[in-house]
Amino acid sequence: MIATTSMQTEVAPPPARDADVEIKLDARHVNFWYGDFQALHDASLAVQARKITALIGPSGCGKTTFLRIFNRMHDLTPGTRATGEVLLDGNNVLSSDIDVINLRRQVGMLFQRANPFPKSIYDNVAYGPHILGWSKEQINQIVEESLKDTGLWDEVKDRLRRSALNLSGGQQQRLCLARALAVKPEVILMDEPASALDPIATLRIEELMQELKKRYTIVIVTHNMQQASRVSDSTAFMLMNQKRAGEVIEFGPTDDIFNRPKDGRTEDYITGRFG
Amino acid sequence: MSLPLIRALVDRLVAGLIVLCVSVAAIPVLVLLLFVLINGLPGMLTPGFFTDPPYPQGVPGGGVLNAIIGTLEIVGIGSLLAVPVGALIGIFLSEYGRNPIGNTVRFISDVFTGLPSIAFGIFGYTVVVLTTHHFSALSASIALAVLMLPVILRATETALVLVPNSLREAGLALGAPRWRVTLEIVVPAALGGIVTGALLAMARAAGETAPLLFTAFGNDIVQTNPLQPMGALSLTIFRNALVPYPNLQQQAWAAALLLVALVAATNILARIYVRRSQR
Repeated sequence: MIATTSMQTEVAPPPARDADVEIKLDARHVNFWYGDFQALHDASLAVQARKITALIGPSGCGKTTFLRIFNRMHDLTPGTRATGEVLLDGNNVLSSDIDVINLRRQVGMLFQRANPFPKSIYDNVAYGPHILGWSKEQINQIVEESLKDTGLWDEVKDRLRRSALNLSGGQQQRLCLARALAVKPEVILMDEPASALDPIATLRIEELMQELKKRYTIVIVTHNMQQASRVSDSTAFMLMNQKRAGEVIEFGPTDDIFNRPKDGRTEDYITGRFG
Repeated sequence: MSLPLIRALVDRLVAGLIVLCVSVAAIPVLVLLLFVLINGLPGMLTPGFFTDPPYPQGVPGGGVLNAIIGTLEIVGIGSLLAVPVGALIGIFLSEYGRNPIGNTVRFISDVFTGLPSIAFGIFGYTVVVLTTHHFSALSASIALAVLMLPVILRATETALVLVPNSLREAGLALGAPRWRVTLEIVVPAALGGIVTGALLAMARAAGETAPLLFTAFGNDIVQTNPLQPMGALSLTIFRNALVPYPNLQQQAWAAALLLVALVAATNILARIYVRRSQR
């Protein structure tokens, strides 16, 4: 009996094990519906500050749905509904009295396909700060900083006024990252950010993530298990249940999930037996 | 016969059919254009055609200056009324119109598109002419504005719907309020389509005759006051084509050519604009 209890402590996810760990984003028992269809069932996830948390799992398991709950992107889709709690620094972002605009400034997002605005490179990065009403000098400075942070500055500094659509796919995705960084978010959500990129551009994004996690909390959805094991500190494995609702099957340090999975289904998935 | 040979034959046959269909559609248009060009050019080259108002019957010379100014002014004022309203309704339909209100607006707009254009003339007549007690360019502009409205709002909606949702999401994810995303990102991205829709509506309005018959009424002197009766190219064509005097008939042909050229120029302008904005 005592032995079992100590085992439990051993296998608990890292946040519970260490009191020093700072939890930035804490999803608790989240259920989510598109109309009558339940897409997420009792999903919980404790995202550590300034670490990279990966969500993996087969197609349709609710990874992206889960991710988009964190900055309330589902608000745009009529008929969606969420229950449970998602605490950002202790405040429930699902609560109806939260300022969604403000939330999205704190929780930025990088999408699956690069989606630069059909504007100049400069205007893309400047858009967020411009919305916030910053001064011209501040905006110039933040544009340069953000482009440097994403390693784009040297590539584009001579053509800031040219259309962002002329950049390569990898550059466009880094521009979108710079655009997200320009409003100084605390958390960055990434929805398969490299799935449309070639291996070299992907590597570039992954290197950037390691740089960025010193200052930002990152949650990444990825199809690519190698990518999850390369870049993340913690990994959540998700799967559909019988009713096709997504569930978090196992969550823990990435090393444990990939080398010592506790759930047979996790092991089956990471060893390529299905999915 | 071998299979590749049959395939090649079928290919030729279908290609031939397509060329035939295109010809059937294009030849009447080309003949019409040629006809207007041949009959209209001499009148257009008459001195004073662009610079003089019509002279009284029997006096040689005269032009259609009254009608050129009239068409530009009537369509211009009509566009000033219709384009902002139509574009705003289009924005509403695309961004906020997935509901019964939006569907009602869409339905009414479709009904309007199908109305015969003389009905818009009756509208202008009843609403403006009867209340002000005289014909005016303004009543024609209002009639044409209502006629242009459904074209503009549908073109705007279509252009906005084509803007990928990922752009809206990108804007919102930066913490931009929805109205700013709409005005600063979605509308600029669709500007090419919106401008094209507006130009095509203007071109259509410029060619309309029926809505002007009992609104602008026509005027043989050069009139710029929108509260007075005013000439228009389409009215010149309509009236002069029905009189037995060869010089006036020639003027009608020339006015037709000018109108066709104006409409074609507007269309070409729209295309160039779209091509530019897509770059």
